[in-house]
Amino acid sequence: MAKDEFNVHNLVGTRPDRPDGLDKVTGRARYGADISAPGMLWAAVVRSPHAHARILSIDTSKAEALEGVKAVVTRADFPTGLTGEDWNLQENTMAGDVALYDGHAVAAVAATSQLLANDAARLIEVEYEVLPHVIDVDDAIKPDAPAIRPGSADASVPEGMAPNVVRYMEFGHGDLEDGFAKADLVCEKSYKTEAAHQGYIEPHACMGQLGEDGKGEMWVCTQGQWFIRRMCSAVLGMETSQLRVTPSEIGGGFGGKTTIFMEPLSLALSRKAGGKPVKLVMSRAEVLRATGPTASASMDVKIGMTRDGTMTAARAEFRMQGGAFPGAPVDMALYCAFAPYKLPAVAHIGYDVLANRPKCAAYRAPGSPMGAFAVESLVDEMCRELGLDPIDVRLKNGVKSGDKSSYGPKFGSIGLTEVLEATKAHPNLAAPLGPNQGRGAAAGYWFNHGGETSVSMAISEDGTAQVSVGTPDIGGSRASIALMTAETLGIPYENVRVNVVETGALGVNEPTHGSRATFASGKAAVVAAEQAIGEMCRRAANEWGIDPEAVEWVDGAAQPAGPNAGKFPPMSIAEIAGKMGSTGGPISGHHEGNLDGVGASFGTHVVDVEVDPETGRTTILRYLVVQDAGRAIHPSYVEGQYQGGAAQGIGWALNEEYVYDDQGRLANPVFLDYRVPVASDLPMIDTVIVEVPNPGHPFGVRGVGETGITPPLPAIANAIQHATGARLRHLPMTPAKVLAALKG
Amino acid sequence: MTKVHVTTTVNGDPVEFLADPRETLLDSLRNSLGLTGSKEGCGTGDCGACSVTMNGTLVCSCLVLGVEAEGAQIETIEGMGGDTQLHPLQRKFVEHAALQCGFCTPGILVAAKKLLEENANPTETEIRYWLAGNLCRCTGYDKIIRAVQDAAAEMRGEAA
Repeated sequence: MAKDEFNVHNLVGTRPDRPDGLDKVTGRARYGADISAPGMLWAAVVRSPHAHARILSIDTSKAEALEGVKAVVTRADFPTGLTGEDWNLQENTMAGDVALYDGHAVAAVAATSQLLANDAARLIEVEYEVLPHVIDVDDAIKPDAPAIRPGSADASVPEGMAPNVVRYMEFGHGDLEDGFAKADLVCEKSYKTEAAHQGYIEPHACMGQLGEDGKGEMWVCTQGQWFIRRMCSAVLGMETSQLRVTPSEIGGGFGGKTTIFMEPLSLALSRKAGGKPVKLVMSRAEVLRATGPTASASMDVKIGMTRDGTMTAARAEFRMQGGAFPGAPVDMALYCAFAPYKLPAVAHIGYDVLANRPKCAAYRAPGSPMGAFAVESLVDEMCRELGLDPIDVRLKNGVKSGDKSSYGPKFGSIGLTEVLEATKAHPNLAAPLGPNQGRGAAAGYWFNHGGETSVSMAISEDGTAQVSVGTPDIGGSRASIALMTAETLGIPYENVRVNVVETGALGVNEPTHGSRATFASGKAAVVAAEQAIGEMCRRAANEWGIDPEAVEWVDGAAQPAGPNAGKFPPMSIAEIAGKMGSTGGPISGHHEGNLDGVGASFGTHVVDVEVDPETGRTTILRYLVVQDAGRAIHPSYVEGQYQGGAAQGIGWALNEEYVYDDQGRLANPVFLDYRVPVASDLPMIDTVIVEVPNPGHPFGVRGVGETGITPPLPAIANAIQHATGARLRHLPMTPAKVLAALKG
Repeated sequence: MTKVHVTTTVNGDPVEFLADPRETLLDSLRNSLGLTGSKEGCGTGDCGACSVTMNGTLVCSCLVLGVEAEGAQIETIEGMGGDTQLHPLQRKFVEHAALQCGFCTPGILVAAKKLLEENANPTETEIRYWLAGNLCRCTGYDKIIRAVQDAAAEMRGEAA
């Protein structure tokens, strides 16, 4: 089904206005908090001020007595007996016997106004017994650390490990000792990254309604309405199909909106308030204290290299905390860490560790940036020591299509070599550098993902088309799916409307995650369009009285497939559609499946920095992203993903971190103190789209969203060393840390 | 708390609403007047998603009380341009793909419009510092800056 064979497209690769553009520049696009309903109540959540505390009692009587308060819920209002990840989700939604982190929900209230709900929340009295807490991953993994949730280790953890280790893994291949023995230089260093938040500008928001009849509705900003449905119904003990979830427009997610946080609370409050809809909107402080940041990591890496730059062996040991629940992405960090390199011998060891912090959520290429920070920093350090060019060393050791990956599976078609060559050829690498300026490069990797996908499309009576997808449009995917559908049908882009639909309209879809929306919903939309084309060819064949196989589809019309098929003028899609009612009824197509054929994506970034020797402040002077897109369906939004990923990586590298006080309370839960990059922090971000088509997608798409956040962390550390001679191995590289490193 | 009757002008239209003395102008706009184009991203004046102009001054409406709007002239994203007569900034933001999720977009458009009223030919650096109070987490700002530059050029009559 490859449509990319000849690389000649009318629409794919063009840059039309996105279909939802007008809604989003006029303010009428409706996001999570932009809805209201008759009889709606407003909710507020009471949260633990302690990092770790036993809940001795909760007195809700004063709140309930306040006029206008319609419902109060605590954990006692939720079903018991959940197990596994459902239990983790419920436990995170609302604390049970123990509050596990600063900001953990303890109670919630619904009232007739937001201000009243806030007042009522303040009247709820919670008595706590404060317990010892642990924040840092290296402290949490100690044998004598406070045990956060005894018994939550899974079967992978050997006997005798520290109490907060909940998952353990080791894997690799080759003879490590032999590999290191063959090296001329063996280096081993330790690195740390701190927790960063996805930082979407839209706080979590929903409106839930749940009646005594067990039927529920939810409007919510989410990357995945079916995930919300499944998780909420599990946490509340509902039948999944009785909850209908409609996704709002979404104000950013980056992985952080693929799970639930407070959504079940609105449903629980609604049920208790007699089925009235309940709107629940988080404050920014709630977002930072209680929704998934990423994990923090402590990592040891050892690499062997010969004098000519050949890597002979590598070993990584990563310890990551993902909050008070299992799920730090240590596995994916390890899979990605050495992915750019062909290694004869490699070993990976990983620990998933609990700490008294919020439950981590996915954040753009979960795990990969941390591993890349460690590995790509060390590779650069070794290149410097051996006097080798870092891009050449990556070309020398870089994986090619068909190679066995560092983590096991063989790569399909990949474009790392093409990416590295394009990087070398870019003019930024020849730009002159002044005093206190330096240049750093690094590679990055993400698998990309296909996943559970269900799409339907239908031809309308006038020959235009509608496509129903289950992947919320987080950055232009309506445009890319419309382009591919229109290209397949041979009709104008404007004649296709792509709708992101609610859970009642399609089979189960995974969220917009794993860089999959354009890959998976796009691939399914093409299959659905081909089904419709087949049906339209049959309708034309019937009318012409010829065999359906003798009809082909060209430029939006059915026509006889050759001179022997008969002489009929082309029958356009509008003509066929206009009479579908009398030729057999609706014309549509659909596709469901676990979509495979995913294409992995490599990228390299090159950054030029200037470090102020007096303040330690790092300024980004120049920034280049080169990444394999497979095929850029709408190049502007591909560039946007590259630029956005780079900006988030720059923030993680230089500014962003969760800062805790000695009581384990988050000290910077506002944007003033959790400082994401602003416009004046950044230069223009140059991009090069490399296109090595993915044979597993009809147009060659790989998925482009995630790889780009991976290289900035090490690339900037490498540039700072180039500028100053100082090597920073602990993020973020704040002015204070850089200054301390400069002073030796 | 007893609500206060507020009479004001929003996007040229006279409006009235009742405001709790503790409620922000952003809440009044969104919840009393149904103007949900202005967004709350932080509630502390750090993100700029709620940017409006009040008597010609660019403000974060989350840092203004609803009752302070009495007698004022308020301009929000909803007053910037309709479908048939978009402001050049709105058009250029779509053309340049200067939005991904679109949540910060209303505030950035309101802020950028005010910039171009004060400075018809801003440099890249001037645009970056003017918009430093408007957080965007999706785009890395590159396409936003280009869209503002292009709109400014068109408004100066320089565009192709």
